[in-house]
Amino acid sequence: MSNHVHKDYAGAKLGMWLFLFTEVLLFGGMFVLYSAYFHEYPREFHIGGKQLDVVIGTLNTVVLLLSSFSIAAAITYIQQGKKKLALIYTYLTIGAAFIFLVNKTIEWRAKFHHGIWPDSPHLRELSHGENIFFGLYFLMTGLHALHVIIGMVVLSVMVYFLKKDVINQQDFVKLENAGLYWHIVDLIWIFLFPLFYLVL
Amino acid sequence: MSEHKHEHHILSIKTAGIILGLLLLLTAITVGVSRINLGFLNVAVAMTLATTKALLVILFFMHMKYESRFMQAIVFMCFLILAIFIGFTFFDVAYR
Repeated sequence: MSNHVHKDYAGAKLGMWLFLFTEVLLFGGMFVLYSAYFHEYPREFHIGGKQLDVVIGTLNTVVLLLSSFSIAAAITYIQQGKKKLALIYTYLTIGAAFIFLVNKTIEWRAKFHHGIWPDSPHLRELSHGENIFFGLYFLMTGLHALHVIIGMVVLSVMVYFLKKDVINQQDFVKLENAGLYWHIVDLIWIFLFPLFYLVL
Repeated sequence: MSEHKHEHHILSIKTAGIILGLLLLLTAITVGVSRINLGFLNVAVAMTLATTKALLVILFFMHMKYESRFMQAIVFMCFLILAIFIGFTFFDVAYR
């Protein structure tokens, strides 16, 4: 009993959720900005949205949903003491994150190729509403992509912890909290996808 | 410690798989409906489907269905505040 380490499971979870609320409000602010401008320029947003690639957008939605499943599965497996499966599913999640970023890069490069980047000369020639649409598109998907990159780093640390048995069947709250972060990344994309790729 | 056992609910792989299936199905519906022109209804349908997907992720993948009442109340409050934030902004924007 002398080397008993105090663990506060509920506290660790609560702390993570409080952090996630700040993330929700950060993106929430930008969603307010989006909806206010959408209200002002519905036609321009529609024209802008038509120029985005629905196939890549849908593919990335599927990739993120699969990754959300795989990290949830990894947590289930470590809770059942199946370390190897937990590791495999964490790797799969990181792989999905990587595929998401590759798609995002292809998509952005195509936009740059067409002279579309925030406040580019080409966009300034177009209507004010379209310029704002693409400004928001790069800001919001860019900040989301940054979260994907951070998520990959966090999940890679979790792989290290799994290998070192820091995360195990008795103590898995680190993996759970990393999973919560990853699900928030998915959650934000669930709203970004229809708002940008499917606007009408 | 018997109480310690109670606080960890293990999400079965089968449940997680069903949720994944539902999420993919809702995504397909979202994309399908967006190809039909319903006017303003399109926005309402897209947001309703997205909110449903978000709820599935929060309740099952994020284990919220199995958390304590306290945690559920806190999460609910957060999204309520966000709804007030967006709603009140619209009182200004829409009726200006």
